[in-house]
Amino acid sequence: MKMIQKAELFRLFDAVSANEKLYIPADNTAGKAEYSVYKDGMQLSSQLNTVRSAKDFFFPQTENMADFQVSGKNISVEIAPRMDEDFTIFGVRACDAKSFAVLDNVFLGDPVDTFYQQRRLHATVVTMACGRPEETCFCTVFGIDPANPMGDVSCWETAEGYCFAANTEKGEKWLAKLDGVLFETDESTVIATKEKIHAITERLPLGNLPIEKFGNGDEMMEYFGRPEWKELSRACLGCGTCTFVCPTCQCFDIRDFDTGHGVKRTRCWDSCMYSDFTAMSAGQPRPTQVERFRQRFMHKLFYYPMKNEGLFGCVGCGRCLQKCPVSLNIAKVMNALSKGKEEN
Amino acid sequence: MQTAVIFEEMKKRAKELLSNGTVARVVAWQTGDTCYDVTPGFFESVEELDEKMVFNCLCGANLSKYLITLSRMPGKTLAFLKPCDTYSFNQLVKEHRIIRENVMVIAIPCEGMTDVETLRGKGITGVLSVTDKDDTLAIETMYGEESIAKKDAMAERCRTCKSKTAVAFDEKIGETAENVSEDRFGMVAKLEAMTPDERYEFWRGELSRCIRCNACRNVCPACSCEKCVFDNPDSGIAQKAAVNSFEENMFHIIRAFHVAGRCTDCGECSRVCPQNIPLHLLNRKFIKDINEFYGDYQAGADTESRAPLNRFDNNDVEPCDAVGRK
Repeated sequence: MKMIQKAELFRLFDAVSANEKLYIPADNTAGKAEYSVYKDGMQLSSQLNTVRSAKDFFFPQTENMADFQVSGKNISVEIAPRMDEDFTIFGVRACDAKSFAVLDNVFLGDPVDTFYQQRRLHATVVTMACGRPEETCFCTVFGIDPANPMGDVSCWETAEGYCFAANTEKGEKWLAKLDGVLFETDESTVIATKEKIHAITERLPLGNLPIEKFGNGDEMMEYFGRPEWKELSRACLGCGTCTFVCPTCQCFDIRDFDTGHGVKRTRCWDSCMYSDFTAMSAGQPRPTQVERFRQRFMHKLFYYPMKNEGLFGCVGCGRCLQKCPVSLNIAKVMNALSKGKEEN
Repeated sequence: MQTAVIFEEMKKRAKELLSNGTVARVVAWQTGDTCYDVTPGFFESVEELDEKMVFNCLCGANLSKYLITLSRMPGKTLAFLKPCDTYSFNQLVKEHRIIRENVMVIAIPCEGMTDVETLRGKGITGVLSVTDKDDTLAIETMYGEESIAKKDAMAERCRTCKSKTAVAFDEKIGETAENVSEDRFGMVAKLEAMTPDERYEFWRGELSRCIRCNACRNVCPACSCEKCVFDNPDSGIAQKAAVNSFEENMFHIIRAFHVAGRCTDCGECSRVCPQNIPLHLLNRKFIKDINEFYGDYQAGADTESRAPLNRFDNNDVEPCDAVGRK
């Protein structure tokens, strides 16, 4: 196990950022944590998590895919370059680290999305154990341990400093480059930190969500037809907040923009909550917010796990609980559906 | 009047009106799984009211906009509106978006709502319960008990409350005395005092955080178009992808222009913004300008008066005066 004193953390940041781009969660002008490119003197945020999830690094909100230049009768196509530089994301929480596995199944499955793939290959993910989980956290429901976050390197904040352990070959290389900055230590303080975290996670108010009721393909249609959807979705504003702060939502749209002398092909996040999502020339198969709302949760609780060996499309980060303008969220949906099923 | 007492009266009256058939449904607030997990709630039976209805210091959501749809449903809808919600209600009636005769409004008092985001900003996290005790809140968290003055737990919109007097109602429960709130236009004046470059930097910084989730637009009672131009594929500007970062900025500025003179300053845009962008400041700049150019005007204060931007007379301010260039 490697360690650095608390007050010396900037030396680690300096060393990493000397070689490659380093992103750390830092407080923005609104006082909220946001991944930012490390610059001299930047402080690591003390907040539990960033408002935007870490998925942005691999699946950005907007990206250019290709440019088409028109000149007379000729069209030239310029494909946007893929990521070709290494970078480090520091301070990813266990939930977000797990979200990469959810995204990988989508983007690295056949056909491979090379934009995503190259970003994944060039990134070193340094995770951070959660010292102060919040009431909106429920990652443990999905078998995630916030005291043992995955990623290439795991980090624990202890009373004395920050301790590091590599989980992958990439992580070992990353740590090896920091030989002069980190010193060797035993595991005792980290074990104590983990115990402390576990004592907290045992009393998470949402730690007992009825996940066992979901994911079973035999019951999919029954849940699809449940009367609770109408009631649950009634207050939904149809905005995209839940989908955009969600670390696992992965729907996108590809559109061509006329630039006046050519075409720019852009990929951007889309939201199943929006009225034009799935709109086709033949019409809109999800005409009201009830169908749109149901889609988002059925996807996370049934369709995704059914296609991905039981892995749920939610990691329990709690962002939708904190950010939905009218407090609709997956925890509420799971509870309401489970209660409705028991009563019937 | 204590919130718990108000809540009991609300529930009692709602049950009466549902039972005797005066109204077909009630729109109020509904309990969630956590103390602050409150959702706008729609109730059609006494049992539902008993089981789910709630009113406490965590009921910030403005219910007026839901009445556009609800007032077009069969039967009357009973709506409980806080004073600031009644302004939005009036404005929507004025714009013929809410059918007034299909709504029964009971105005309820409000001393300012507790904002969990504000609590988090003050380091109070792991919130399990919030108990309203006169001027202070007792907060139980996963990490122990906390206590905070009620006004320190309010969002800016409540600290700068424009009025605690309801402007539209059929019945009323309780009343709150007007009290002095912080200057509503203080921050706008600060922005006006900046140089254009400073102001540009301020807004570029704030708006750069926009994730274009449209929560501000969808929650806004003044944004009641059947189909927003930004959602219309035939408009030529409907897009989720921004070709450059300036487009997000333009979206908010265009929206502020579109609601100018109709925005009641309910503050929902800033409450719902997941990125904490102070969007209400754009609207308040317009409100301040309208007050200065055309005399004090409060959108939603009534349902009859002509809006300053909907009429013209020879004494109207000249554009060159408006921008301070002569």
